[in-house]
Amino acid sequence: MEKVIELKDVWVRYGTQTILEAINFELKEPNGLLGIIGPNGGGKTTFLKVLLGLLKPYRGNVKLFGKPPEKSRELVGYVPQYKGFDFDFPISVWEVVLTGRMSHTGFLKKFREEDKKAAEEALKTVEMFQYRDRQIGQLSGGQRQRVFIARALATNPKLLLLDEPNSGLDPHMQDELYRLLSRLKQEMAVIMVTHDLSAVSVYVDKIACLNRTLHYHNSREIPVEDLEATYQCPVELIAHGIPHRVLKNHEENS
Amino acid sequence: MFDFLQYNFIQNALAAAVLASIACGIIGVYVVVKKIVFISGGIAHASFGGVGLGYYLGINPMFGVLPFSLLSALVMGTVSKKSKIPEDSAIGILWSLGMALGIIFVYLTPGYAPDLMTYLFGNILTVPYSDLYFMLALDVVIVGAVYLLYKEFLTLCFDEEFTTVQGLPTEKLYLFLLCIIALTIVVLIKVVGIILVIALLTIPASLSRKFTYNLKRMMLISIAFGTVISVTGIGLSYALDVPSGATIILVLSLVYGVASFGMEILENIKNSGA
Repeated sequence: MEKVIELKDVWVRYGTQTILEAINFELKEPNGLLGIIGPNGGGKTTFLKVLLGLLKPYRGNVKLFGKPPEKSRELVGYVPQYKGFDFDFPISVWEVVLTGRMSHTGFLKKFREEDKKAAEEALKTVEMFQYRDRQIGQLSGGQRQRVFIARALATNPKLLLLDEPNSGLDPHMQDELYRLLSRLKQEMAVIMVTHDLSAVSVYVDKIACLNRTLHYHNSREIPVEDLEATYQCPVELIAHGIPHRVLKNHEENS
Repeated sequence: MFDFLQYNFIQNALAAAVLASIACGIIGVYVVVKKIVFISGGIAHASFGGVGLGYYLGINPMFGVLPFSLLSALVMGTVSKKSKIPEDSAIGILWSLGMALGIIFVYLTPGYAPDLMTYLFGNILTVPYSDLYFMLALDVVIVGAVYLLYKEFLTLCFDEEFTTVQGLPTEKLYLFLLCIIALTIVVLIKVVGIILVIALLTIPASLSRKFTYNLKRMMLISIAFGTVISVTGIGLSYALDVPSGATIILVLSLVYGVASFGMEILENIKNSGA
């Protein structure tokens, strides 16, 4: 079976600054939810942009489904961080979701029946179909997030990438988002970048820590040393009332 | 009262106003929603280099403006995205470079540049019949391009990064949009002139935005606004004997101001009533 993601010795620089250093990473399973945590400025968004082919690493090799990112567009769904978006933009929910079909429809062609079907299905998956004629500015933050997920789903992806999908959502909306992702991960590989440590403890199947270097052990437990190396300070993860613990129980060192 | 309509030059002016309103109504919407007003202003002003070149070569300055504005669109689009200096600085530099070239060309041209002022400030009352065909041809290209690339331009303006993720040639698409803007500027130059072109690209579109959230409807509404207002402006400038381009802009600004103010008052009344 083809690996979903394969990164070999990937380095990314902005000017003289190294953002990603010697990243080796493999994702084999075609479903499941991987959480990537790390501090702000740790390269999480950059990591996603490398996977999307938006950024070329100056060294190393990136493959999605055995092909370079530019060749696997119709297999990848992307939900960007929507800070700084112009929500006053004259575009309806329906039009936004249809743009997720561009990689299938092709240049200069009109949207076909199957594109409209896919958009409709995607909107129904996120339970936003009844809002299809609304302008995106007339939605709540949580609804908007669902529309962006629907846009990514309209592509019919095998890999879904989300950049801080929980930011700006209240706890109730976050909960709904995670339940949606738990459903989606049955059918595709989902990678979520976040700095919300409590969320990852419940919903994710695997965790990676990223702060210039990537710590990943193909499991949902992270050794405390990795977490502390990532955040470069002692991290205390309190998981009261939560059925799973991210951290192994660790000895008091002091 | 409407006896002035029998004059040929008035008929030409009205035809030019309609042709210009179609171009700026459609393309102005992209300029406004994509927030590329400044780069559009840059392309317009740099095209003055083309006017100068036209005089220097002794051809119709419009044929100098066409290639020159396309070239400035391509150079500005590329430089502003690729260079390390901030985008607005890059635009500012190219903006003045184009104008400076124009001034040098005009200076080098022997004799006197007869209607130089009409290119800077426009004079719709002197649009010759031949220019109407030229404007019509450009309108056909503009409308055709937008018809073919409607969904691509919408995606590009809404979310450039996602457009790339969808595998579209985002950069080429953006440069092409700038070229279409350049063509629109060429259509508009005769009406209001290089200096005032940016008003026709922004005011009708901003005005239509107050009435709809649909891009296609925005285009139709701004064509309607543009036509009605520029015809009114031509009428006023004829009646009061003042420059037509500036009159059109004044009417546009006035309508925009009244509409914004009026809608705010309506909003307040609605809110206080609820």
